[in-house]
Amino acid sequence: MTERMALRPQAEGFAAALPPLMAAAERLAASVLTGGHGRARAGRGEEFWQFRAATAGDAMRQIDWRRSARSDQSFVRETEWQSAQSVLLWVDPSQAMSFAGAGAHPPKSHVARVLALALAILLLRGGERVGLLDPALPAGAGLVQRERLFQALEGLSSEADYGSPPAGPLPARGRAVLISDFFADPAPLQAFLARAADQGVRGALVQLLDPAEHGFPFAGRTRFESMSGALRHDTLQAGDLRGAYLARLEERQALLSGMAAAAGWQFHSHSTGAPAASVLLWLYRALEQRAG
Amino acid sequence: MPLNLAFSAPLLLWGLLLLPVLWWFLRALPPAPQRRRFPGIVLLDGLRDRRPEAERTPWPLMLLRMLALAALIIGLAGPILNPEPQEEAEGPLVVLIDGTFADARDWPQRLARAETALAAAGRQGRTAALVQLTDLPPGDLIFQPAEAQSARLAGLTPAPWEWGPEVVDLAAKIPEGASVLWLSDGLDRPGRSDLAAALGGRADLRVWQSPRPLTGLSAPVIEEGRVRLDLRLSAPDPGRGVTVLAIGPDPSGAVRELARAGVTLGEGLVTPVSFTLPAELRNRITRFEIEGGRGAASVALADDSLRRRKVALVAEREDREGLQLLSNLHYLREALAPAADLSEGDLSDLLRAGPDVVVLADVAVLTPDEEAGLIAFVEKGGLLLRFAGPKLAAAALPEGEDPLMPVRLRAGGRTVGGAMSWGAPRALAAFPEDSPFYGLSIPDEVTVRAQVLAQPDPDLARAAIAMLADGTPLVTRATRGAGQVVLFHVTANSDWSGLPLSGLFVQMLERLTILSAAPGAETAEAGGRAFEVRRAMDGFGRLSGGEAFPAVQGADLAAARPAGAAREGLPPGIYAAPGSQLALNITGPERQFATARWPAGQVIEGEATAAPPQALKGWLLLAALIALMLDIPASLALAGRLRHLAGAALLALALPGLSPDPAMADDRRAVAATSEVVLGYIRTGNTDLDARSEAGLRGLSLILTNRTTIEPGAPVAVDPESDELAFFPFLYWPITADAAMPSPAAYRRLNQYLQTGGMILFDTRDGDVADFGGATPEGRALQMIARPLQIPPLEPIAGDHVLTRTFYLLQDFPGRHAGRSVWAEAAPPDAERAEGMPFRNLNDGVTPVVIGGNDWASAWATDARGVPLYPVGRGFAGERQREMAWRFGVNLIMHVLTGNYKSDQVHVPALLERLGQ
Repeated sequence: MTERMALRPQAEGFAAALPPLMAAAERLAASVLTGGHGRARAGRGEEFWQFRAATAGDAMRQIDWRRSARSDQSFVRETEWQSAQSVLLWVDPSQAMSFAGAGAHPPKSHVARVLALALAILLLRGGERVGLLDPALPAGAGLVQRERLFQALEGLSSEADYGSPPAGPLPARGRAVLISDFFADPAPLQAFLARAADQGVRGALVQLLDPAEHGFPFAGRTRFESMSGALRHDTLQAGDLRGAYLARLEERQALLSGMAAAAGWQFHSHSTGAPAASVLLWLYRALEQRAG
Repeated sequence: MPLNLAFSAPLLLWGLLLLPVLWWFLRALPPAPQRRRFPGIVLLDGLRDRRPEAERTPWPLMLLRMLALAALIIGLAGPILNPEPQEEAEGPLVVLIDGTFADARDWPQRLARAETALAAAGRQGRTAALVQLTDLPPGDLIFQPAEAQSARLAGLTPAPWEWGPEVVDLAAKIPEGASVLWLSDGLDRPGRSDLAAALGGRADLRVWQSPRPLTGLSAPVIEEGRVRLDLRLSAPDPGRGVTVLAIGPDPSGAVRELARAGVTLGEGLVTPVSFTLPAELRNRITRFEIEGGRGAASVALADDSLRRRKVALVAEREDREGLQLLSNLHYLREALAPAADLSEGDLSDLLRAGPDVVVLADVAVLTPDEEAGLIAFVEKGGLLLRFAGPKLAAAALPEGEDPLMPVRLRAGGRTVGGAMSWGAPRALAAFPEDSPFYGLSIPDEVTVRAQVLAQPDPDLARAAIAMLADGTPLVTRATRGAGQVVLFHVTANSDWSGLPLSGLFVQMLERLTILSAAPGAETAEAGGRAFEVRRAMDGFGRLSGGEAFPAVQGADLAAARPAGAAREGLPPGIYAAPGSQLALNITGPERQFATARWPAGQVIEGEATAAPPQALKGWLLLAALIALMLDIPASLALAGRLRHLAGAALLALALPGLSPDPAMADDRRAVAATSEVVLGYIRTGNTDLDARSEAGLRGLSLILTNRTTIEPGAPVAVDPESDELAFFPFLYWPITADAAMPSPAAYRRLNQYLQTGGMILFDTRDGDVADFGGATPEGRALQMIARPLQIPPLEPIAGDHVLTRTFYLLQDFPGRHAGRSVWAEAAPPDAERAEGMPFRNLNDGVTPVVIGGNDWASAWATDARGVPLYPVGRGFAGERQREMAWRFGVNLIMHVLTGNYKSDQVHVPALLERLGQ
């Protein structure tokens, strides 16, 4: 339980390391990740967009008297249309994520949840709406949502060896972040990405790998087993497999990267041996990118 | 030498045949797999091993395992290097043991050899007899089961003597066909070859003897002031180093080693060893022995020949009560008393006491009785030592040769250097090489003013053993029978020469007196007296009380001594008769050892197989174990499991190097603090206050650098709990109300700091609200903190305190506050104003503490550019106050560094006066 209890303070720690979105005004100006995202068109919002000549149908109270007094025409002050972004997170709950190789680093699942929660805290602090794909948690904002996210991520578990994103519907034009090792069959992921592309959902794939999975530091006669023991692979000289394994890993990453690019997504691979702040920063930048 | 190897269980060696099978079996057996959970397994799916054949154990590992197994099998088979030859004989076994002192050196090996033989005989069911040749059984040999005989072995001890030729009779008692094992001591002696020949005819004779030659230590002999002993060997053993120990009671009575002498044996059978010892030490020696030697032959007992001489002093009766220092015998007594037993009195009485030396100091006239007694004394080996003198010079000299004079004397004598002669007093010439005095150094102050002269004689040069620089004999010597007569041609007192006053005289007497102990002298007189055995030596060379032995006749003893022919009833040891002690040593002066000779063709055991049997089982099993231990990491490495172990090992090796070395940090700090003058402040733990202290000291350092020759470095924070304080001449200690009490260790440091010349400025920083001593919280905290400090009595700084004038002339000591009371060590109560000076003659030294509440650090504080950091006062008056604060700081540091030299101004008038101005 202590690990779980430690999850939230750790996530908060990560989030605190980045400047709170609201506080960094300059960044907010450049960022799409503000509380309201300017849609580059007039609409409901706080920010000034343009003055335009009043036309029929405009309510009297919309007339900007200060501007209109300077000329003979009446002007209406339009504000930019702003809307909050909703971001859906998916953290792979599978058994494979609970793997931690030799060394003093946490299992992938832990890193994934810390990462997801830290991102959620950041986004919530910026006024975004954050939800979960699986278990389904509708996007919401505010401290209560943070609590819910925390609870949901804490209870995350699955019997399956490998996990794929759920096949359910996606909210249109939202954002999504998938955190997994993506060792599972790539077909469901591809389907998911296609669906997301259809619905205008953009996002990021974060592949979390243990250093052992990155480096394959094995030798000698070895029997490899998947985390649940369902899969087995015997080798007499594990060291000889290293090259082939690394080539396949690269291939898989290339595949994921290609799939992400095709759907307008971004892909990033991260080793749990490295500091998680770097990948959080990457996510922050990836989500910052203006849609379209 | 061919490898001599045997196995105690040779059948086990067949197990070696299994090795090839095991080889094949183990080779086919791959190492066990390790199980690994690995999510990346999906990527491995379908991958093939590059080498599809079954993994085999690599051959080096196989070889290691095979070697381990082979070592195990061979080890269990019980290999023995240089095994004992197996006894395979019929008939009874006779074990002959020489049992002499020469056996003692390896007695346990002998018993072990006998034990082995008896055990073997026991296994074969043979009877056995055990005979020690020095202790022949009466009657026939008793044959018993071998086991019974081996029980007797433990009771045998070597005898301190040898067996005689009568052992030849033993051969007849040994039944035909018996096998004889003769454990020989290796020495040749009458009867050995006879017995060997007789036995060879009747029985199967095997001989065991040690290849090492026997080393004997002969009785000590005094030669030219040195103690000489001979190492006598039964066979040459060149190159071996031997150490001889002299053993006796030390002054506290404990028997210990008194001296030691080492020698390397040469080619010969006899190697001399000599000790140069002071007489006092020599008299203590009770025995000499070879270090590490065992057995009676390696022990030489000291007896009277090493002991104090009996010296009879005879002078002409004095007419008057002479002055002590003029007495003829005074110098002789003084010289001889430490090394000899002196007796004085009537000559005829003295002669009856059997002295070793008779000294006649200027005695010219002897009665015929005395003369006859003296002649007999000398003929028997005594030493007659005569000194000249006025009486001798004036005496009527007999015609012809005087047996009691070494040379004929001329009437009169001569005086050199006197009023009526030309020539200065004569010095001594160096002693000739054949003189007993050879080698003694001659002090310059020994001169001869008068002497008696010898008649020129062809033999005179030979008789002279000491001469003056002009060749005139000074000491002459002649041999008479077994003894000798020595004449000093000067007086025994300092009338005629300075010789008796010098140390040379003592050395000459020592050499002469000891010369008298010619070997054989006691022997000659031993005859006819009965000696009791005082101490008896056993075969191992151990001494015990001799109560068990009957008294022996002196003649027997005297006969036995030269050759060391001890026998039953006449053991080696110390024999005592009234007035004399004689030692009977195994290695007598005439004793020669020789290696035993055996009939041609006789096989000698113990020589060929000098190497003892050595069981190799343990070593082989150890080798097998080591090989298996090596196999463990090798197997792990092969299975890929060694990585963690190696990593852990590397980490363990690297960790000590990674951790920062606190000592090094300390050193750097010490170097920084001592390479220039550095002001220190006590770290309070209050960040603001510490910053203020540092800024204050930085400002003060800046002022000091600008205005004085003191150029301090950057101030340093000091923690009395952990830092060395000795580097800082001055510590600033701001006190807060909540200041923590230092620990006892810190107090120890602080007290030592104060006692060794450090100064602490305590600043309660409350001068604005209270005078010092007021009950402010800071004041109370200071009282608490300062209570365990060893601080002398304090008083407010007086107007003539040296602090008021070490650099600036000051009368008050403001800081940020201008409180008046600043306290320092009190002046001594007897300080008084010096004549013509405006101040008192105050105490020496530096006050260890200055206490006040003026918050000096704030007033001193500047930033790096020298701009003051904190306001002081108001306007110009405030700046004036700050300037005064800086001046106080300058005075304070000057006082710390220069002490009270300004006070020494009081001495200026006196100094000027002394300079004469």
